[in-house]
Amino acid sequence: MNWLATIWAEARRGPALAALWVLAAALVAYVFVTGSYLIAVLHFAAIYVVFVTGLNIFMGFAGQVSFGHNAFAAISGYTSAVLTANYGWPPLPAAALGIAGALICALVVGYPTLRLRGHYLAMATLAFGLIAYEVAVQWQSVTQGYMGISGIPPFGIGALTVASDRAILLWLMAVAALGMLAAAAIRHSRLGRAFVAIAGSEDAARALGIDVARYKLAAFLISAFYAALAGSLFVHAVGFVSPEVFGLHMVVLAFTMLYVGGIGTITGAGLGALAVALLPEAVRRFSEYQDLAYGALLIVILIYAPGGLAALSRIGRTKSAEPGA
Amino acid sequence: MSLLRLNAVTHRFGGLVALEAVTLDIAAGGVTAIIGPNGAGKTTLFNVISGFASPSEGSVHFGGEAITGLAPHIIAARGLVRTFQLVQLFETLTVLENVKVGRHLHTNGGLLNALTPFRGRAMEPDVEQTARDLLRKAGLESQAEALAGALPYGQKRLLEIARALAAEPKLLLLDEPAAGLSHVETARLSDLIRTVAASGMTVLLIEHDMGFVMTIADRVAVLDFGKLIATGTPREVQRDPDVIAAYLGTTEASYA
Repeated sequence: MNWLATIWAEARRGPALAALWVLAAALVAYVFVTGSYLIAVLHFAAIYVVFVTGLNIFMGFAGQVSFGHNAFAAISGYTSAVLTANYGWPPLPAAALGIAGALICALVVGYPTLRLRGHYLAMATLAFGLIAYEVAVQWQSVTQGYMGISGIPPFGIGALTVASDRAILLWLMAVAALGMLAAAAIRHSRLGRAFVAIAGSEDAARALGIDVARYKLAAFLISAFYAALAGSLFVHAVGFVSPEVFGLHMVVLAFTMLYVGGIGTITGAGLGALAVALLPEAVRRFSEYQDLAYGALLIVILIYAPGGLAALSRIGRTKSAEPGA
Repeated sequence: MSLLRLNAVTHRFGGLVALEAVTLDIAAGGVTAIIGPNGAGKTTLFNVISGFASPSEGSVHFGGEAITGLAPHIIAARGLVRTFQLVQLFETLTVLENVKVGRHLHTNGGLLNALTPFRGRAMEPDVEQTARDLLRKAGLESQAEALAGALPYGQKRLLEIARALAAEPKLLLLDEPAAGLSHVETARLSDLIRTVAASGMTVLLIEHDMGFVMTIADRVAVLDFGKLIATGTPREVQRDPDVIAAYLGTTEASYA
């Protein structure tokens, strides 16, 4: 089990990082037992762990940039919402169809743009994300515009539903953990090595027989899958969706999580999502200065830990390697 | 039969003729060096052969098949792998992982393999073993877990060659492999190239270090202003008056 070895190696190399994970696990356990109001924050964090882990495969592994992954969450989330709330579909097939639709869109957007170098892809994805938002606002007969869609049923099979706050927390944490394990497995496979090779040097990757355009598209599709999954998870966990949920704010938040956690690393994507989701809670006592304190904390992290939280694994080690995971 | 054949290859950058009707045969086996003054078109020649540039005219044949204008990764899959004049490593990966990437063409599997813990990982021990063996040959085994970007310059060059060897090419193209190497590293490079050539791999290299070329090359081809002006053994080429005039210069004639 390669990924187990990977995680153990990461923990051994970075006791500080391992301590953060223990802290995170303790927090989840505490919230689960006491049923604190923080449970909703953890739902949100777990969904973003999925989203950011996927984005990390495209941006951290393959070294590309996308400002439009919110579109895949929106396509899948809205498909799930409309089919279940308006047409009475069961959640699982609705989510599956939503994810499939998002992947088809990813293929249509990604195939032409990923053949181009430079900023074309970033610009195309930005446009795509903005278009998805506008469609969610304007297509009122289906999305109900700014009003949003409510009454979306929770996930479940037949009578067995994931309805209580605690059950939803367990369900989301399990999906997030699986998503991270899958990303770790990808990173240390032939596929993942091709991704990181492209990020390192496209020319060298080509010279070694790697079809760069094809592997960029693969990374894009995999990360779109994660984004779409996060979109469906959101609507069924919260029971409500509006255009703002999947707006540009989602991209800004995900980027912050990715860089605070440590781009390119598995644990970074997970811890970053958790930390940034919890930050507003930690600084809540400053009431009207909350946004200011939130921003200041982010700046401090980026100045003193530019590699993100995952770079804490380097503390106490001298000059040895951090194999990018 | 020649392994690589360039047939009247011309390459222009706008009005500048970088390569002019170069016809060259590289037989299978041995080490061939391409020499020539700066700007003679050596790297352009490598780019045309490896698919990083398409020739304006002429054709390139590898193993009897035309590869003119094919994408670099397809040419690599046919067994032609190159290194770069400016070393192109995956700097944020470990030394070991750099070489593992070189196994791409000799492994298979995509997402499904990545996500199946046991069957899908059957190749990994072999990839690891091959990569470590190559690091030992390149004298980099003690650096296996270091970041490639942290290596001293000479070791970066050796790593790039080890990574190319991991692809087990039929023809290995080395663009100035000895540039910036210390005496010790150059000696190790010579050993490495000799071992590789002895194993049956064909090596084509660009080099400026004439002493190095004279000791390592079985054959030499000389480019000057995009034209092939001489081919032969190192000794023959050294005596060629055109080569002496164009490349070694009259004051260095005594070198031959």
